[in-house]
Amino acid sequence: MKKDNFTEAFGKADTDSESALTGGFELTDGSRVAVLGGGPAGSFFSYFLLDIAGRVGFVPQVDIFEKRIFSKVGAVGCNMCGGIISESLVQTLAAEGITLPPTIVERGIDSYILHMDVGSTRIDTPLQEKRIAAVHRGAGPKDSTGTRWGSFDGFLLDMAKAKGANHLQGQVTDISLVDGKPVLSVKGGESKQYDLLAVCVGVNTPTLKHFAELPIDYTPPKTSKTFISEFYLGEETVGKYLGSSMHVFLMNIPRVEFAALIPKGDYVTFCMLGEDIDDDLVRRLLETDQVKQCLPPGWEIPKVYCHCSPKINVKGAHPPFADRLVFIGDCGATRLYKDGIGAAYRTAKAAAATAALHGVAAADFRKHFMPVCTSIERDNLIGKFIFGFNRRINKLEQDRKGILGMVLHEQEKPTRPKRMSMVMWDTFTGSASYGDILLRTMHPAFLFGLVRHIVSSFLNPKNFNGRKG
Amino acid sequence: MESGNLGKAFNDGDVIIRQGDEGDCMYVIQSGAVEVVRHVDGKDVPIATRSEGEFFGEMSIFEREVRMATVRARGPVRVITVDKKNLMKRIQEDPSLAFRLLQTMSQRLRELSGEVAHRKSR
Repeated sequence: MKKDNFTEAFGKADTDSESALTGGFELTDGSRVAVLGGGPAGSFFSYFLLDIAGRVGFVPQVDIFEKRIFSKVGAVGCNMCGGIISESLVQTLAAEGITLPPTIVERGIDSYILHMDVGSTRIDTPLQEKRIAAVHRGAGPKDSTGTRWGSFDGFLLDMAKAKGANHLQGQVTDISLVDGKPVLSVKGGESKQYDLLAVCVGVNTPTLKHFAELPIDYTPPKTSKTFISEFYLGEETVGKYLGSSMHVFLMNIPRVEFAALIPKGDYVTFCMLGEDIDDDLVRRLLETDQVKQCLPPGWEIPKVYCHCSPKINVKGAHPPFADRLVFIGDCGATRLYKDGIGAAYRTAKAAAATAALHGVAAADFRKHFMPVCTSIERDNLIGKFIFGFNRRINKLEQDRKGILGMVLHEQEKPTRPKRMSMVMWDTFTGSASYGDILLRTMHPAFLFGLVRHIVSSFLNPKNFNGRKG
Repeated sequence: MESGNLGKAFNDGDVIIRQGDEGDCMYVIQSGAVEVVRHVDGKDVPIATRSEGEFFGEMSIFEREVRMATVRARGPVRVITVDKKNLMKRIQEDPSLAFRLLQTMSQRLRELSGEVAHRKSR
């Protein structure tokens, strides 16, 4: 397997001397850009490329290749995701002028309820404002009919199209490099050469195999399996039993990292993260009292329901670029477990700005796009430590009681600092970086509070049994 | 589809930000409209109206001054609060995020210059 010419010739040269060699890699009026995948990464990239290019005075031709039909229910329009738009992304999009309408957002989330075997407690957003959006990436689960909400991915794709991108539904059957430029062949159609190929596919598609055959130095992301299911309850019942709260379950069940019930419009989405998740493990968690008390009395797991076990990126691709090629979102770098759409936005915008303002050579992406990917990957290392620590602490009942006790204590009075509550909020909603979360857990007041509540749970074990806040 | 509304709801006449208060956030209007008024010599002087998709309170992102005007809901309004800290973190990674804010502030300054010139010429 050959590396791209630049890398082969110069290896990892310093970025200044690389920049001097990027002549001929600038996009100009009419430059052809292919975007493989019309999910959030592809739509954000297309939207921002056209936006930034327009600001500096040129118009590239952008073709988005996406065969899924987001207006159709079931797998044909689904992107296999929990469908949470984080608090930080909702705010950032609002600042970008992208407001998410209630025809797309199925439920605004303003709180979460933490469920543990030792009790449960509710934690509200700092401003008691609905700043987390629960959406369906497609038009809804396979058995849904006449859904009143639109697809989130469809909304973003329409936004990119309104900016000037072309949406092509043909299936890409082959990808090659001819004279250093990417060429895409479409099923039953012709081949077309591009100045840049932005790969914005997920890790659940066979499309990534094409890149193993190209003479580039690309190692795909490492993946892990998760579990997502959709249960129909009806809008009124969802509102009555789950409200506008995300329900997070931290249980001492082996192989389970954590699980969550996310209220949507007519459905509730159940997500589970952990190791070797199988039907027995899913059933075991769904049948716990903690999960059942969130659902209507007598609710049972339906015999047939929409579910999937998609892979998620747990270690980014390396390097996520080559000359005239850039890998964005899940197939490049994404956040560990949380806020994948936020990571797609960040990497897509960095790639779009690089391509529009600097060029499409590997050196340009290394200098202007890679720092964002590196920042995400470094933060993920801290995330792994946090989840590992969380796993350990979950094994000990006194520790679980200590955490719950600290949150309950903080929630008793509005004036009390919400140190543990906010750490939990940011960990499970993806609203802050893992580095930021870790830093807060090292605050002496946080550590003192946690130790105090763990000791207190040892001394007064009965006080904690089944406590609710 | 009320379940899908984001942000915080205000009713007609509700004060969203008050002149003289300290601010550490700006607001983006999700739906509805607001009026911006400045309290001068015991009177409320209307300065502008802002509607869906527009933002207000952005000066507190760039300055450490108190709010220079009061913003009230005109009819039912939903607004999303954008925290200063969150926005500054994002702008540090992606300075182009500030472009839209600067573009809008530039437009508002242009309108204001036109208004001042118009008044002085009378």
